[in-house]
Formats: sequence, structure tokens, C-alpha cells
Amino acid sequence: MTIADPSARDWRGMLPGLMLIAPALLAIALLYVVPLARSVVFAFVDAEGGFTTAHLRTAIELYGRDVIFTVMVALASLALISVTSIAIAGYLTLGATPWAVTALRWLYRWPLFIPFIVAGQTARSFLARNGLMNSLLIDSGLMDPALAQSLLDWRGLVLTFAWKQVPFVTLLLAGAMASVDRSTIEAARNMGAGRLRCLIEIVLPQVRGTLLVGLILSLVTIMSVLSVPMMVIAGNPTMMTSMMAHRVTYYGDYAVANALGLFSYLITAVAAYVYLRMTLTQHNEGGR
Amino acid sequence: MAFASLARRGAANLLPAVMIGLCAFVVFGPLTNLFLWAFAEKWFFPARYPTEFGFDFWHRVFRPRAGAWTSLFNSVWIALATVALSMALAVPAGYALARLKLPARAAIMLIFLLPQAFPSLPIFVNIAQMFYGLGLNGTYTGVVLVHSLPGLVYAVWIATAAFSAVDRTMEEAARNLGAAPLRTFRDITLPQAFPGLVAASIFVFLDSIDEFTGTFFVGTPDITTLPILMFNASMGGNYQIAAITALILLIPSIGFMLVIERFLKADVLSRIGR
Repeated sequence: MTIADPSARDWRGMLPGLMLIAPALLAIALLYVVPLARSVVFAFVDAEGGFTTAHLRTAIELYGRDVIFTVMVALASLALISVTSIAIAGYLTLGATPWAVTALRWLYRWPLFIPFIVAGQTARSFLARNGLMNSLLIDSGLMDPALAQSLLDWRGLVLTFAWKQVPFVTLLLAGAMASVDRSTIEAARNMGAGRLRCLIEIVLPQVRGTLLVGLILSLVTIMSVLSVPMMVIAGNPTMMTSMMAHRVTYYGDYAVANALGLFSYLITAVAAYVYLRMTLTQHNEGGR
Repeated sequence: MAFASLARRGAANLLPAVMIGLCAFVVFGPLTNLFLWAFAEKWFFPARYPTEFGFDFWHRVFRPRAGAWTSLFNSVWIALATVALSMALAVPAGYALARLKLPARAAIMLIFLLPQAFPSLPIFVNIAQMFYGLGLNGTYTGVVLVHSLPGLVYAVWIATAAFSAVDRTMEEAARNLGAAPLRTFRDITLPQAFPGLVAASIFVFLDSIDEFTGTFFVGTPDITTLPILMFNASMGGNYQIAAITALILLIPSIGFMLVIERFLKADVLSRIGR
């Protein structure tokens, strides 16, 4: 007994840590791992407990348009988010007018701290046909009253998602851009490159990884938020989140909701795969 | 000459000024809209702006039986209970992840990351179905548990960062002077990690106050929190009541924005996820 087995001693050394972390792990298992497993399994189980693809087929049949709509809205939002965040973060890093940089730094963060549900409500009344946005545009003479239209469709969703997520991605990007080596930028500037060219050709390639991480986290958020599509869009087609909630609250049909959930996992997984491939090729190029 | 240079400087400032103006419109336009609705007594089509302002709807929202006070108390109690539960689980877990020997530490960190890496709606739907079988739907316990899922994730990550930012040499000095492990933790480690743990608690509190999806599936119709009240008012066309509730929801969020930098110091922030 005096000579303890080394692996047993290792385990005994880990015992206090394991005991401290066990309750949190148990909570995650019960609140996350079990529901996750259920959501996948019950998408394929029929009323008798056998294997079936009927739920998947029903989901595609009834909600195929919504799945495509979701993907399109997500892509459009991500495009708007990337362009706007790159522009804001780029101006914060390379901007030539100090007061404007300070003002922008103070301004851009606000929506980050505003709950999605409040963003949904404010979009619902701001972007409507008689909403404040159209009123202001008409009164300032920028828009003909006859042209006023409601933006409460896919455009409203894209605008609301971008409004909420741009500050988040900008925060990540501006942080990454601040740590880019200034001397290469100065060198390019001295050789006559414009600020825009510096941003696109020198700064952006160095922060590409951060941008992708921000976009993937935004995609997960877009695929998870229920309140915004429910408040901004009435009728079809709409986001998958809204349809899953509809299926559960009106029909108590968890199976088809789970099948739809499977599609939302799949979309996120594809994005994660694209991210991994891109970072891996980057590593390979760096190795050569 | 002076005029020419002034004009040139004016032109150089014009573009940034237009850009900042546009940004201010995009950020504050929707929020102004919320304020207008909260104080609009009458705002009917075709009037482009409210025709009458007043506090009438505020009285109506805060009337004893209107439900706003109940939802406010529900929201605050649920958030406090969520903070208590999440921190009780996350402080030991964060300490273990930061300081103690663990098997497969990277895998454990990954497990605590997963809930943020995949869409959460199917999870909430299945939690609701499980809770239905357990009789937890429509109870405070059920809502607190469902709020603790995102809460626990934030709390574990920030607590781990907070504990790994604590100076190890001071702990070792205390142990060398004969302090017991528990006393070292209480007198040396905990005070240093405290600001980070407060930041984690604030995060969890806010996340619970703003939580909609989980409450929608697990709590309704028995438990009404502020977001649910706002959603119901908005869907029922009561834009004034929705706007007033939205403003109440904004108070903790904006307050948090103003104080967060005091609690979440850069040395903790840089350790998140390590």
C-alpha cells in the first residue's frame, strides 16, 4: 500500500477539482445535454417509438419556404453586419478626424445593451408604414409621402438583426484592429496608399479570423431569437424560430418542431465547417 | 487666405459630420420612437407625431391590478434566484477550472461553451416538454432553472477568468505563513476575484431580466415577467404600454453599460476563454 499506483495517485489529485465542478456539470447535463439529445432523437421517433423520417418530410413540406427564407435573411443580415462593422471599426482605427472618432466610439455601442425584445418592439413601431422613420423622412423632404412603405418584412428583420449585432462584431473587430502592427499601415500610407486601401488590403486580412468568429456567433443568435421575428413579421414566410414556436404552442407537435430544430443545427454546423476550413487553409498557408 | 483655409477645414469636417449624424439617427431614432410612444396620449393615423402627450398610460400601467408591478417583482425575484443558483454552481466550478488539476479540462470548457455555439430554441422547446412531465411548467422553479442555463454558461466563463487572474504568489505566501486552504481562499483569493464575480453576477442578472424565449415556453401563461408583459401588450396593439415596459427594461441594461468597466477589468477580460 505504500507504493501507490501512479495513475490512482493522479486521480486522487484530481478529486477535489472534480468534486467542485461536478454540480455545474450535472446542471449543464440536465439543462443542456439531455434536451439537446432529445431534440435530435425525437425528430426521428414516431408515436410507436420506431424510427421514422416522416417528421423531417412534414417539416420540409410545410416549412421548406421558411427554411429558405431563414437562410436568406441570415445571409443578408450577416452581409450587412460585416460591411457596417468593417466600416465602423476601420474608421475607429484609421479615421483622420479625432472628434468624429470619439463621437463614433461613444455612439456605436448603444444597441449592444438593448434587449432583443425591446429592439423588436422599437422596430415594430419605427419601421411601420406610418412609423416614425417614414414620418421623419417625409418631413425632412427626403421622401415623397406616396412612396412610404412598411419595412416590416424580411427587410425589417435584416435591419433589426444588424442593429443589434453590429456593435458586438464592431467591438471584436476594433479590438483586433487595434493590435495590428501600426508600422505596416504607416509604411503603406507613406507609399501613397489611401485609407480605404489600407483598410482592405492591410488591416482586413489580419483580422479575418476575428470577423468570422463574430459572424458565426451572430448567426447563432439570429437562429435563436424568437421575439424579433414574432414581433416584426406577421404571416408567411417567416423565420424557423417563429415556426417552431407556432408548431409547439398551437399543435403541441414537438416532433416536427424538433425536425425543424435539426435544420437550424445543420445551418450553424455548415457555418462552423466553413469557418474551420478557412482557418485551416490560413494555417497551412502560414506553414508554407 | 484665412477664409480659404477655414472653408477647406469645413469641407474636411463635413463628411464625418454627415456620417456621425447618420449613425446617431440609426442608433437613437428607434429609441426616440420608444420615448414618444411611452408619453403619447394620442397618436392616431394620419398624425405623423403624437397629438397629445401625458402620463395617463403610466398611471394605467402602474395601477395596482394592471399587472406591471407583479411582472416587475416576478422579473426581479427570478433574476435574483437565477444569480444565486448560477453563482453557487459557477464559483466552485470556476475555481476548479482555474486552479485545480482536472482530467480533460479543455473538453469541460468546451461543454460550457456549447450552449452558446448552437441555436438554443430547440433546447428550450425540449426543456419545456421535460418540465411539463415533471410539473415544473408555470412554476417559479421551472423559470429559474431555464434562466440558469445561459446564466451558468456566462458565470462559469467569467468566474474561471476571474480566478485565474488572482496573484498566485500571495496565496502561496499565506499558505507558507500557516493559513489553512479554506482561510487562504476566504482572505486572499476571494477578495481578489470579487470584482470579476460581481461582473458575472451582473451579466447573469441582466440576461435573466431580458430573457424571453425560455419564459415563453416554460412560464406562460402562469408566470408573467416584464418581457412577456411587453410582448403581450405589443401583440395586442397597446403600443404605449409596450413602450413603457420597454423603457423599464432599458434601465438595468443602460445602467449596466455605465458601470461594467469598473467591475470587468482588462486583466480579467483578457483571460476569458483560457
